[in-house]
Amino acid sequence: MFLINCPFCGEREQSEFKAGGEAHIERPKQPTELSDDEWAEFLFMRKNIKGVQFERWNHAHGCRKWFNIARDTSNDQIKAVYKMGEKPTVK
Amino acid sequence: MSKNLRFKSSKLVDETYRISFKFNNKTYFGYKGDTLASALLANDVHLVGRSFKYHRPRGIMTAGSEEPNAIIQLHDNTSRTEPNVRATEIEIYEGLVASSQNCWPSVNFDIGGINNILSPILPAGFYYKTFMWPKSFWEKYEYFIRKSAGLGKSPKEADPDIYEHKYIHCDVLIIGAGISGIMAAKMSAKNGLKTLLVDEKSFLGGSSIYDNSEFSKINNQITSSWLEKEINEISKLENLEIKTRTSVAAFHGYNFLLARENLTDHLPMNQRENKIRHRLLKIRAKKVISATGAIERPLIFDNNDRPGVLLSSAMKKYIDLYGVACGENNILFTNNDTAYETAMSMVQRGIKVNAIIDNREEIDSKLSYEIEKNNIRIFKGYTVVDTYGYKRISGLSIMELSKDGQKVIGKKIKLSCDSLGVSGGWTPAVHLFTQSGGKLKFRDDDQVFIPNKYPSDQLSIGSCNGDLSLEEITTNTILSVKKFLNINNTDYKTFEIITGINKSKRNIWLLPSDKILGKTKSFVDYQNDATAKDIKLALREGFRSIEHVKRYTTTGMGTDQGKLGNMHALGIISETAGTKMGEHGTTTFRPPYTPLTFGTIVGRNVGKFFDIVRRTPIHDWHVTNNAKFENVGQWKRAWYYPKVNENMNQAVQRESKAARDSAGILDASTLGKIDIQGTDASEFLNRVYTNAWSKLAIGKCRYGLMLNEDGMVYDDGVTTRLDENHYIMTTTTGGAANVLEKLEDYLQTEWPELDVYLSSVTDHYATISVCGPHSKKIVSKVIPDLDFSDEKFPHMSFKNTKIGQIKCRVMRISFTGEQSYEINIQSNYGKSVWKKCMEAGKDFNITPYGTETMHLLRAEKGFIIVGQDTDATMTPIDLQMDWIVSKKKYDFIGKRSLYRSDTIKDDRKQLVGLLTENPEEVLEEGAQIVADIKKSPIEMLGHVTSSYYSPNLNKSIALGVVKGGKKMLGQKLIIPMENKNINVTVADPVFLDKKGERLNAKL
Repeated sequence: MFLINCPFCGEREQSEFKAGGEAHIERPKQPTELSDDEWAEFLFMRKNIKGVQFERWNHAHGCRKWFNIARDTSNDQIKAVYKMGEKPTVK
Repeated sequence: MSKNLRFKSSKLVDETYRISFKFNNKTYFGYKGDTLASALLANDVHLVGRSFKYHRPRGIMTAGSEEPNAIIQLHDNTSRTEPNVRATEIEIYEGLVASSQNCWPSVNFDIGGINNILSPILPAGFYYKTFMWPKSFWEKYEYFIRKSAGLGKSPKEADPDIYEHKYIHCDVLIIGAGISGIMAAKMSAKNGLKTLLVDEKSFLGGSSIYDNSEFSKINNQITSSWLEKEINEISKLENLEIKTRTSVAAFHGYNFLLARENLTDHLPMNQRENKIRHRLLKIRAKKVISATGAIERPLIFDNNDRPGVLLSSAMKKYIDLYGVACGENNILFTNNDTAYETAMSMVQRGIKVNAIIDNREEIDSKLSYEIEKNNIRIFKGYTVVDTYGYKRISGLSIMELSKDGQKVIGKKIKLSCDSLGVSGGWTPAVHLFTQSGGKLKFRDDDQVFIPNKYPSDQLSIGSCNGDLSLEEITTNTILSVKKFLNINNTDYKTFEIITGINKSKRNIWLLPSDKILGKTKSFVDYQNDATAKDIKLALREGFRSIEHVKRYTTTGMGTDQGKLGNMHALGIISETAGTKMGEHGTTTFRPPYTPLTFGTIVGRNVGKFFDIVRRTPIHDWHVTNNAKFENVGQWKRAWYYPKVNENMNQAVQRESKAARDSAGILDASTLGKIDIQGTDASEFLNRVYTNAWSKLAIGKCRYGLMLNEDGMVYDDGVTTRLDENHYIMTTTTGGAANVLEKLEDYLQTEWPELDVYLSSVTDHYATISVCGPHSKKIVSKVIPDLDFSDEKFPHMSFKNTKIGQIKCRVMRISFTGEQSYEINIQSNYGKSVWKKCMEAGKDFNITPYGTETMHLLRAEKGFIIVGQDTDATMTPIDLQMDWIVSKKKYDFIGKRSLYRSDTIKDDRKQLVGLLTENPEEVLEEGAQIVADIKKSPIEMLGHVTSSYYSPNLNKSIALGVVKGGKKMLGQKLIIPMENKNINVTVADPVFLDKKGERLNAKL
């Protein structure tokens, strides 16, 4: 169980958080203009990489804020924590 | 069996405190400090169990948690009885009752022993191979296989003991209180670090604490005395917490560890009352030091599993720590110097050592010379080729090893013994290290896997790090701990170490025999009866990966996870396959290190504390009025209110009729309520619901359907516009938390530009719904100041008002199709307003109804329940709810998905009404719907989602989802049941009052 440094509350145990899948997938502004394939790309396609992955997390049992983390999926090391709308500090 | 193998003055045992216990219905005596194993050995009892597959007699093999054989059933009552307890770990207490497992009728005479004779036809993979064919016979085999599977019996009643969980945060956690752990604890605590030292045993000091010969000295003191002084010193340190009988079960990432602290298992039963039995420690340590020691390896030779065969180090421990000899005529069999320490302990105590068989041709250590001086025969370059005796070893035969160690040569020599100590060197206990994600490397010199790469801020020291000599342990512990903890000064300066042993070792994974391998039983995994032969068979059959060989032969899959034999399995694999050790890696060590009780895992989360229970403010009234309750999420909802002699069906029929004929009252407080405020609230609702919200006038209510982005129905409910920028949304009871989370997600991540604020107010309001033709009269009596006329207060509108001095909101909305008013009032007034309504409705037959009646009434109207009539595959179009999907809105959550190629298909499952041919026949919810019963395989068209007998229509009604159902109106379908086929007709899902006239009906 890892520790997550919530950008609003500080370091808390993973059990306080809820994972929200891959980060930086923006909802299309004009969905009606997309083809089925383009919409499916947004809707269903997610990466599942070994290595640093950018993820959305929600401090569900805390401040209820959503934020992003960069986590190495091979060893669960969290490389960066950053607020929604911000750019990751690692690659 | 009445021999006494105990001698006086041992380290751990209190000879003034005698304890009686029962094993296999026979009473024995031991002393305080004994484990069940040491007490049995003192009584000359070796045979304690039968092996898993061949039911071979098995004895105590070790003196610790690695024990594969001596696993017993503890307690004989049905609530506390516990299988697979290691006799080597359980400390005896007055009244202990234990018995052997896996034998019938008794451990001395076990019918299953026939498997040993049948063993040639029970090779590895026997079950996989045999019971696969013929396929249809599995059902017949299964009963017998299940009966013979598993060890021990599980308790049949609730566990009467108390367990708890506790969080611990520390700077340094040290696992293992052997010599290196003790030294590390001292260095850490003395440097001001908050330190926790845990050990699975009841005492500190590990194996060095009974290292009390002249041949093992630290700074001119006998090792055990030196260590005792150290222990004495650290027990006074302020920063140090020491926990014995505490076994680390799991080492997770981020230095999060789980440990089980055993608090009462060693106490007599009458001293355990109201005490916590086990405590699960959830430890967060900044730094972790593993000092978990090493486990002695057995040797793999024919019949190496007989009772009386022990690890040599275990024999030494029983002698020095418990004052128990394992036999009167001992033989030691070794490939390294360890056994000579055991021999020395025996010599010191006057216990007979008949001979030492040593694989090595040359032995050069002080201890071995000393042993030779005592006229003990040492057979150098020899190996044991077989053992004799059935329920106890009675002798063995030995032969000389060839130069390359691959063959035996010369003549067989027979020797007698009643106990055999074996030593195949040491295996560092790296289990926890690898659990944490650590990577191992293989050291060729002595064939051990040792820690290589640490995944977190941790360190391995002592023998678990591959430092197997006293000199290495002390020197390296100081150096590495200093560096790891960033310490400059320690009390430890120079160490002068004297030992009598050397590191030399002659490693042969599978010792040669004069018999062919097929005729031998050389056990690698004692608990699961996996032999060297089985492993070689697996390789012959094409298995290469160690993980596959493990599963095929079950090597290492017992409750001991193969702590003794896994290394030999690896060795035999690499020898046979001609690969290098280390290339295969090891099998995965998984938590827990030793088995945990379920009680430890669940802690206090049992009974009432298993899950949170949410009750409405009106709950007590429901209880008083005999309501039966149903769980909806965490909520307790009134299900129905049976009168005397009424069953559920009768109660629901009565309630349903009353709600339509006169008046009904429902506690709807559990519905999710979300307060929505902000200048963009209307725009927000436009985006989250399928229908349009901008034009909803203040004071009006509207039903909304919420989709997922994939177009599937997610939740529904009525939202009311309280003010220009203020709404209150209701959600389903079960969906409340998820809806709020989803809305927050969109607000925070997709539409941060919207000025909208959400808060959950579910618990803030009690919601009382009064429905039926008399409802208006009733609420008018409760709130006389409010104008309830249809003109002033029409359907789908709301009023702010007061009951007495208390503000409340009244919504005129309906889930039953009847004229209906919902009073929302601050929770703490809920019950009194409910009572007022009951009082006001007295003359109008006001009838409280529960969720079952609510479901029936809405089904009559064809209203869906999200989660019952829908699953995550239903779009609003599938539900025939096209009317609620705005065509004009540019976008809303899920809109684009409603015209994906998949969602516009005609043959999707669609919601329809179903009427049975026989109006009395009520369908079963979940029943399958088909059209053609003769076709094989029968095509399933869908299933029944809701089904009731409607007292208002006097017939059975049902909702269901059917492929292409929209176009099937009037078509006949079949519901095949176990013993009959029910004919149904597809109907409109709205069964009652299609025009909605009852909403404004006047009586």
